[in-house]
Amino acid sequence: MITVEGLRKTYGQHEAVRGIDLEVQAGEIFAFLGPNGAGKTTTVEILEGYRHPTAGKVEVLGADPARADRAWRARIGVMLQSWQVEPALTVRESLRQFAGYYPRSLPVEDVVRLVGLEEQGDTRAGRLSGGQQRRLDLGIALVGDPELLFLDEPTTGFDPAARRVAWQIISTLRDAGKTVLLTTHYLDEAQALADRVAILVDGRIRTEGPPESLVAGHATRITFRLADSVELPARFEPTAMADGRVELHSHEPLPVVYALTAWAVENGVDLADLQVRRPSLEDVYLDLTAGTHG
Amino acid sequence: MRHQFRYDWKVFWRSPSSVFFAFVLPIMFLIIFVTVFGNQRMELADGELVRGSTYYLPAIVTLGLIQSTFANQAVSLTASRERGLLKRLRTTPLPTSTFMAGRLITSAAAAILLVVVLTAIGRFVYGVAVPTTTIAAGLLALVVGTFTFSALAFAVSTAIPSQDAAVPITNAVTLPLYFISGVFIPQELIPSGVREVAQVFPVKRLYDAFLTVFDPATSGAGLELTDLGIVAAWGLAATTVAISTFRWAPRTA
Repeated sequence: MITVEGLRKTYGQHEAVRGIDLEVQAGEIFAFLGPNGAGKTTTVEILEGYRHPTAGKVEVLGADPARADRAWRARIGVMLQSWQVEPALTVRESLRQFAGYYPRSLPVEDVVRLVGLEEQGDTRAGRLSGGQQRRLDLGIALVGDPELLFLDEPTTGFDPAARRVAWQIISTLRDAGKTVLLTTHYLDEAQALADRVAILVDGRIRTEGPPESLVAGHATRITFRLADSVELPARFEPTAMADGRVELHSHEPLPVVYALTAWAVENGVDLADLQVRRPSLEDVYLDLTAGTHG
Repeated sequence: MRHQFRYDWKVFWRSPSSVFFAFVLPIMFLIIFVTVFGNQRMELADGELVRGSTYYLPAIVTLGLIQSTFANQAVSLTASRERGLLKRLRTTPLPTSTFMAGRLITSAAAAILLVVVLTAIGRFVYGVAVPTTTIAAGLLALVVGTFTFSALAFAVSTAIPSQDAAVPITNAVTLPLYFISGVFIPQELIPSGVREVAQVFPVKRLYDAFLTVFDPATSGAGLELTDLGIVAAWGLAATTVAISTFRWAPRTA
């Protein structure tokens, strides 16, 4: 579906993308995760054919996006990070307008239902809430029944409930066999949706793989709180301490927890809020983006 | 093509500013000018005397055509670009030519409708004589004017930096030209030096072509080939500029 080799993009002195290699298979949901300014949108806009790479090879659906034709554009669906649907047209009219551009489009009513805008079907886009406009935007990306969807920060600005709804819609796309490339700066979004995640920092992919495998190499977190008067023996190698909270990292948490609880019971110490937690994508992300802001 | 036109047409009529500036305003101007000056005698450049209503009907027809095909089009193209709609359309299979044609036909259709309404008001409310021998010349002026001012809209929109700037910039272009071309002020009151300057621009030239069409003293077909040639030349120049500078992506992120 998508093959990228040695992709670079320079704007004047600034190198936004510094050598990306990427392979996205059919039917996969692939997520670009990274802070603002990491090069996510630049990369996606090169894949959509808007921007021309400074160097490297890009192939999407068997063609160079920069030179793609109408037949190629009929096979992709795009949700841009920021654009406004024509405010004077209603939800159904906008969907019908875009449906008319595609050789084989989905029935407009199905799309209205899919994005949950049944009640707003005859409302002008200018009167929709921000979240509803974004859902209409997703509907417009889908209405041409594309094989490949680019979703650039699809849920930015959503409240948590609306985000769940959007995730559900994107999951149904997976079931329909679509390929989806999405960018996000929400870790839970990448973890919930993506088959594979690439963490992009400063124009480079720092790590890439299924969310499970990305966290696999990272230590389990054991956290608890200690009273101020109590000192934890140094052999436990606490890694983080702030306002009484203690965190231990271990690749083999079982013996550590055993030793820790044994020490606590012997000394009559309370390990308040004791948690043993598998590493999350957030831990990986924070490790990788430490030192950058965003 | 019909598909694209249908939605552009809907958007036109649902936008209060389009309907006002490109439709209601010209009708208001016609009523005001003809009511105030309709029975006065006005002197044209060649010394011919015409009734005020005969003078102002073609003037407001010219203004209406320009408001619809140029001013409104430039503003709406800029808005579509800045909202990201043009950028979004680039990833659909919609051909560029169909997009452009949809916009052109929409403003041309609105202009033709307006010209018909203006002429009807002039004819039936104010009793302006509308010659029938010059209809062909009138249609040609309509076609050439629509082409040129649409092309100018595409060209000028590329120079407009933001949505907020669109209305002031188009007004800054059109208002002075309306004044020096005699659309508002009788030509006899405009100094000859200024009139010479106005001759360079398509507003005055299109007005002159329409004036001949509506003038009862016109004998023959009323075709002003020099005037329309100059209007068309502006259109070709604008097309060249528009092709090389037109942008799809918003200027302001």
